[in-house]
Parts: sequence; structure tokens; C-alpha cells
Amino acid sequence: MLGENFGVKKVQTINRRMFIIGAAKFVVFTGIIARLFSLQITENKKYLTLSDKNRLREWRLPPIRGEFLDYFGNIIAGNLKVYQLHVIPEEVEDFKYLMVRLKNILSISNNDFKKIIKQKNKQKSWETIIISKNLTWEQFTKVNYYLHDLVGAKPVLSVSRNYPFSENYTHVLGYVSEASEKDILNNKIIKKTHVPGLKVGKTGLEKTFENELIGTNGVQRYEVNAYGKRIRQLDHNDGLNGKTIKLTIDTEIQKLCSELLKDVAGSISVMDIYTGEIVAMQSSPSFDPNLFLFGINQDDWQLIRNNPLKPLVNKTLSGLYSPGSTFKPMVALSALENKIIDENFKVNCKGKIEMYGQTYHCWKKKGHGIVDLKSAMKQSCDTYFYEIARKLGVDRLKETSIKFGLGEKVLNETFSNEKKGLIPDTKWKKNNLGKGWVIGETLITGIGQGYTQTTPLQLCLMTAQLANGGFKIYPKIVAEDDGKTAEEIKFIMHENRKKLNNKDKRLKDAKSLLDLLNKEKHETLFKSSKNINLVRDAMFASTNEIRGTSYKSRIDNPKYQFAGKTGTSQVRRITKLDRELDLKTFEIPYNERDHALYIAFGPYKNPRYSLSIVIEHGGSGSSTAAPIAKKLFKLIIDRHELREKQSKQNDLEI
Amino acid sequence: MQYNSFNTQPTFFQKLKNFDYILLICILLLGLISALSMYSTDGGEILFHSKSHISKFLIFFTMMIFMSFLNIKFWHYFAYLFYVVVLFLLLWASLYGIKASGSQRWINLYFINLQPSELMKIAIIVCLAKYYHRIQLNKVNSFQTMFVALIILILPIILVITQPDLGTSILIALSGLVVIWLAGINIKYFIYSFIVLLISMPFAIAFLQPYQKLRILTFLNPDRDPLGAGYQIIQSKIAVGSGGLSGKGFLKGTQSYLEFLPEKHTDFIFTLFAEEHGFLGSLGLLLIYIIIIYRVLRIGAISRSYFAKLFCYGYGSAIFFYVTVNMSMVLGLLPIVGSPLPIMSYGGSSMLATMIGFAIAMSAKINNKQLIA
Repeated sequence: MLGENFGVKKVQTINRRMFIIGAAKFVVFTGIIARLFSLQITENKKYLTLSDKNRLREWRLPPIRGEFLDYFGNIIAGNLKVYQLHVIPEEVEDFKYLMVRLKNILSISNNDFKKIIKQKNKQKSWETIIISKNLTWEQFTKVNYYLHDLVGAKPVLSVSRNYPFSENYTHVLGYVSEASEKDILNNKIIKKTHVPGLKVGKTGLEKTFENELIGTNGVQRYEVNAYGKRIRQLDHNDGLNGKTIKLTIDTEIQKLCSELLKDVAGSISVMDIYTGEIVAMQSSPSFDPNLFLFGINQDDWQLIRNNPLKPLVNKTLSGLYSPGSTFKPMVALSALENKIIDENFKVNCKGKIEMYGQTYHCWKKKGHGIVDLKSAMKQSCDTYFYEIARKLGVDRLKETSIKFGLGEKVLNETFSNEKKGLIPDTKWKKNNLGKGWVIGETLITGIGQGYTQTTPLQLCLMTAQLANGGFKIYPKIVAEDDGKTAEEIKFIMHENRKKLNNKDKRLKDAKSLLDLLNKEKHETLFKSSKNINLVRDAMFASTNEIRGTSYKSRIDNPKYQFAGKTGTSQVRRITKLDRELDLKTFEIPYNERDHALYIAFGPYKNPRYSLSIVIEHGGSGSSTAAPIAKKLFKLIIDRHELREKQSKQNDLEI
Repeated sequence: MQYNSFNTQPTFFQKLKNFDYILLICILLLGLISALSMYSTDGGEILFHSKSHISKFLIFFTMMIFMSFLNIKFWHYFAYLFYVVVLFLLLWASLYGIKASGSQRWINLYFINLQPSELMKIAIIVCLAKYYHRIQLNKVNSFQTMFVALIILILPIILVITQPDLGTSILIALSGLVVIWLAGINIKYFIYSFIVLLISMPFAIAFLQPYQKLRILTFLNPDRDPLGAGYQIIQSKIAVGSGGLSGKGFLKGTQSYLEFLPEKHTDFIFTLFAEEHGFLGSLGLLLIYIIIIYRVLRIGAISRSYFAKLFCYGYGSAIFFYVTVNMSMVLGLLPIVGSPLPIMSYGGSSMLATMIGFAIAMSAKINNKQLIA
């Protein structure tokens, strides 16, 4: 064989080199095994977690919102089962056919139909389309009847907010609607809980107690594929329902309030004078909050928004009115407390007084003649109050008014739209208007006009604190756990008065004594309880004695008998011409008519409730507002026994 | 030329007896594992991929048995023709081939879409083995010899890289280079060319396709773009790593059946296997490949003819390259380049080429006493 030697050498070379390659292969295989070991054994946990993260997805379910109950446990904002129609396009054979059929059966409008088609094209084929958020019962049965023909359409039972008393609670509860981006940004809990379609409180208590009401999400865990499609459900956790919140409001009284305010703009507040519980609080006109649940339609919205009576404003809390003559009890009390006058102080009313060239008129042109405190209050004599205001001065008047709850928020932060109002004094004018106080302003402040601005709820609180004998109470709208009964509060008040009387002997300066008592619950707001009684008696006379301004609205039955004070608040300055014309209310343009006010408490012998009524542009308090109180007090007193019973039961429940 | 008269043709039964049964069993085992894996990629059903893969395996395996009976001289005789035909097919593919996912590498043969570059992986070894068979050792390092060898190697590489198919061209280059090295080329030429390669690397990168550059960047840092280019490698590592010691179980690989794994039928079939069968399963699979490589190399060792020896050494090394490049790639040790795992990955051309390689090796085993002039 030719070149055998070379051949042998060639074979030796190839074998040697193969051996080298073999060694290299061994190293490489070892490397691969080491890599496998590090991935699969050493770092197994890390990659197992990553793989689970890949395949597991949690779907959060909308939480079930807490309910609102009235004082008697009736649901006033609940959760209603609603029937919805869902379609998952992936499960539909012929989407177009199905949609056309549904369009006919549910009579979907062309606009909504287009929206659904748009949504279908936007989302993944396995994502649910909600064809209808709220099927009527008829639609629901119709869909079920044709279901065999509607492959892929799913009638679904869902939960939605519902306000069974529609417009009766609108301003108290507010309403819920789909969470906006702003809602989500501003509230961490909403952000945490948010799922598409989640409804959150937009106004009122629904908004204030959002965090308590919202509840927690249920969670469904699914295995998903790389494209996010759900493959199978792994487990399911129910969320916690939101907290149920019980209010102090009595639905029956609330309903009567809204009936009495029908067709007018105004508000009514009713308060328990011992517990501070708000028994009714209605602002009129109202609107149906249910309209907002599934997104309000443009026509309804424009109707509400453009209503000249302003249904969107909660007049009880954010309506600011000059108190008019309803302020007179404060003026009288302040003058008594500061020993400017006593019960026998008399003024001769000639229909007007003049001061520095300015004329200040009494509402009665002819004048009331010689009046004392009781008759001045009874007939609402302006001249008398001009006189005592002048002697008292605005600063001392403010001190008393603030103490009784004017010029401060009544429910603190419970309602974001509550207003403080304004009780002016000399300092306030200097700081805000940059001008010195004029004595004439003191006079008109003395009859509740001028700068003074109050909310109806403040007037109600003021009345309550007069009615309970001059003790501080803490108004509330939510029935609290540690709520004391009226009897307990009465006892505390009694003790406080005793303390005041005891210390009276030792301490001459009543002011430092008041400071002492400031820290206690239900502190005394007066220096002498005699003064409170004088004012209360004057208010009684105003309603129950002949020539009293609200004498026509009195109830003689002592069970229902109440004491009150009318008020007529001017919305503009009365000109000379007006006085000469002396027009009847209906002859004046609506926006220029006076507001009619009335404050009252009852039953007079053993008072328990106070109320305030404001009718915007209603004319005079005695003709428009006071008659409403008459109708209201009957129901309030009639329901008192029930309320007492319920109060005991509530204590047991809570 | 002399003909060795002692070398008579073995009879049919001798041929049967001479079969490398261990190699045969390993190939069958691999076929079975690949069929099961393909069944798993189809989500536990016999669908298109498993059906197609199993039938291709059976057809090509049978073909391999029959081709094993061909004398090794036949392969030697037709080696250049084989190379030229495949080269022509490559050219054809470049001109008239089917385009798919941005590259033109298939020829439509109506019953099969042939990928000539896969065949070239074998043809280059056969061709170079024949080339060096006749060349004496002292001539191996002559310029003329080296030049021709380089031409044989570079022509197909150019054709494949322009398809573009970086993975296959790298495997062709590695297969060719290992044969050239085994033939006895001086190590210094390898060192020289390695230096030249390093210097020319920046220029070469300039010529790379954008997607190829991206793959290299992604390899260097897969978290650079976890949803885009890095997605494959990240998901692959998650699948392998989550397999653990014994795997998630057959048909229970969540990464694969929830479709997080890309290309799980082809290049990433090992990922699926490693996820479902864990570290132990992967070691088992690797062991089968090691046995196959060892058997092929052993046939080379006992072959009397230089052609058979060089082919078997070359082919054994080539399988080693296929396996390690593919595994390193799915384990994140190398950038993603398209390279199938022999027998396991779905793909007819790759299967065909691999089976031809085994047929030649088997033929070398049967005719190991045969000398070729």
C-alpha cells in the first residue's frame, strides 16, 4: 500500500485530535449540567415563583357597599338585585345576529347599539361586554324566553345601589356613581378597592363615609395563558360587606317634611334637644338620586341643573340666610345675660326711630306703643330690639350667638358642603371690610339683618339649646355607639346647673366659672337660668298669646303645644317707595320676595324637639313658615313614643 | 490503486449482526421521547405537530435502516455529488425559495418543504471527509489544500448566512472546522484565524441584521426588554428553573401549555422537556445524546478507512455541537440562534439530515473492515 507510513501517522493524528476534542466535550457537557443544576436545583424557588406569577391572575370582584338605615332600621340606601345582560364575544357564534336580535328584544337605541359595537372592537374577545346594566323585569323575562335563540347572551344577577325613598334623602345621603379618575386619585381606599364599574359616594354621607361603606373586594383566582385569557378558576374568596350605618333620622317625619316643602325652595330641620339627634333634615327641591346610578342622561341632568330653585344645593347646611326676627331671642338673651335690661325694661315703639339722621323702621308703621321684653318678642317689635341692640353692642351679642351655635359648623366635617355662616362684630368688619363699625349696623344686626348669615341647621341648634334650658348639645346624624339617652343627658344638665348654682355662691365672676365648666359635656351656656326661661316664655307668648306673630299656627292641646319665633328675612333693602306701596307678597317678583323663617320647640311643658323652617322667597314667616310647624309638630310628638322605644332597642343592638 | 482482496462484501446477516444496536436503541428512545414531548406541546392531544413529527420520524428512521445497508464506498463515491447537489439546492432556495418569518430558506417539494441548509450540515462533513481521505498528512498544511478546503466550507456558509440563518451557518462552520482540524491542520492557523475573527468582529457586527444584533444584546442582558426580545430567554429560563428536581410532571408544564414558551415545538423543545421532567429528566436526555455521540465516535475509532473515520469523528462532534448549542441557547448561555435539537425538535429537514448522518455512521459500522482506495 502506498504511503502506509503516512497513513498510520494520519490515523495517529486524527485519533489524538479526537481525544482532545473528546476532553473538550466533557468540559462543555459538565458546564451544561452545572447550568441545569443551578437553574433547576439552586434557583428552583425563584423560577417557580416567577412561573406562578406568569400563570396566576387575581380578579377582584366589586365589593358590596354598606347600607344606610334610618332610626327605626328601615333601609334608606340599600343594595338592590339588578338583572344585567352580559355577552362574551368569544362564546358567540354569530355576534352580528345576536346583537340584532337583542336590539329588537330589548329595544336598544341606535346610539347605545353603536357604543356596544365600539366597545366590542376595543376589547379582547374573551372580555365581558355589559349589554344592559339594568334590565327591567319584563326585559329580563323576555330575554329568558328567547334564550335558546341567543347563544352567548348571559342574564346575570348583580347588585346595585338603590334609594327606596328616592328624593326624600337625597341631600342627606347624597348618591353614588361610577368612580372618576379624581375619586381614585384622592382616596387610597378607593384606589385599593377599585374595579371597573365601581360606584363610590359623590356627595353627602355616601361620600363622607366612603371608607366605611366601601367594603372589601372578593377575589377570584384564575390560571391564565400568555395572552391573559382565563383558563380555569382556582379559588374564590368573598369580600367583606361595607359597614351598615344607622342614622338618627325618622323616615316618616322626613317624608312629611318633603311633602310640606313641595313646590317651594326651602328647608326643614328637626332636632332632639337633648341628644342632638337630627330627626329630619330636608332641603327642597330635591331630586331622585337613583337617576345617577347608571349614569344620568343629559335631559334629566339639564332639568336638575337648570332648575331655578337649585335642587343641587343642600339648603339646610349650605343655604345662608339672614335670620331676621328669629335672631331676636339671641339678642334678648344676650341683653339679659349682660344685665343691659331686665324683664321689666320698656321701650315706647312709635313705628320708627331716628339715629344720626337715619330712620329705622319697625315693621308695624303705627308702632307697638310701650312694650316690654315679652310683648316685644311676641309681636316682634323691631324698635324694642333696635334699642336693646344699641345698648348691648354687637360684640357682646356675638359672644352669646357663637355660644349657642351660630357662626360655626353644626356637624363639623360630616358634610363637606356645610357652611359656617357669619356672626359679625367690630373686629370682623375692620379685618374684612377695612372699615369701622357703624352704630346703625348694630341696630339692623339686632333684628337679624345686615351682615348676619346663618344656616337653617344652625337656627335649629340654637333653638334646641334654648329649649333644653341653655345647655350645650352635640348634634349628630349618625346613631352612635355611646349615644346617651335623653334622660341621662337631662341628668348631666341638671348636675351642671347645680354646680353652677353652688359655685355661684363662692365665685362672683361667672365668666371664670363658665370657663371651668367648658370642658364638661353639656356645659351651661348661660349665667342665670332665669334669663333662659324669660326668653322661652317670650317665645311661648309669640305663638300662643293673642297678637303673637304665629298665634294662628298655635296648637292648644298641651300635648302638642309649641313655642316659636317667626322671622322674615329681607333679600334686599326696603326702599321708601316699597313702604309707600306696601305690596302683597304675590305682587313682588319671586327673587325679591322675603325669605320666610320659623324656629320652634315643643311640647312647651316638657320640651323635647326643636325645629327650623326656611321658605325661600316665601313672604312672611308668620304666613308661610309657621303653619308648616303646626303640621309637623303633630307628627313629631306622635312619633315620640315610638322613638323612645326604638332608642332603648337601639341601645341593646349597638 | 489497489483493491484489497481480503475485504469481501459481508453477507446480509453479517450486516444485520454488525448493526450498532445500542445506537439504534438510543435513536428509537429519542424518537419516543420526542413523540411524547410533541404530544405535550399539542396540549395532551394528538394534533398536527405530534402526528406530523411521529410520521416523519417513522419514515426517516425506516429510510435510515435501509440506507445503512449501502456500502460505505457508495457514500465515498457520491460525496462530492451530494455536496454539489445540496449547494445547488441552497442556491435554488436563495433564488426561488419560500419566504417565511423574514428569511428565505425552504424549497417547496410538494410533499415536504425542504430546508437545504439542514442537509448541508451533513454534506459538508461528507465532502470534507472525502477531500481529506486522499490527502497525505504532509500536504494538509499546504496553501493549496487549505485554500480548497476553505472554499468548500465558505461557499455554503455564505449562502446560508444570507438567507439569513445565522444558527445553521454557525453549525455548518463548526462541523466543517472540526473536520479540518481533525484532518491535521496546524493549530497555528486556527489561532491566526481566531485573531483575525476578533479583529473583524466589529465590522461583522455592522453587517448583522438588526434582529441578530438585538439577539446578541438581549443575550447579554435579557431583562433589557422583558416583553420584547428578552421574552423568549426569560420565559425559557423560568420554565427550566421551575421544573426543579423531578419536574412538574408529564403534560403539566404550565409554562408550555399556557403558551408562555415561544417556539416550543422547535428550538425550545428542551425547555418543555426540562420543565415537565426536571433535572433528572434532563440528565437522562443528555445521557442519551452522550451515548449516541460516544457510539458514533466509537464507530470512527474502529473504522479502517480514513473516510469513515473522519466522517464519524466529524459527525459525532457535529451532534455534540447541535446538542450543546441548542441547550446553551435555551439555558441562556448563548444568544438565541435558530438551532434545532436533533430528533427532538419539530422539523423534517433536520430529521432527514440527522437520519442520513446516522445511516452513514451505521454503514461505516457495518462495513468497518472496508478499506477505500
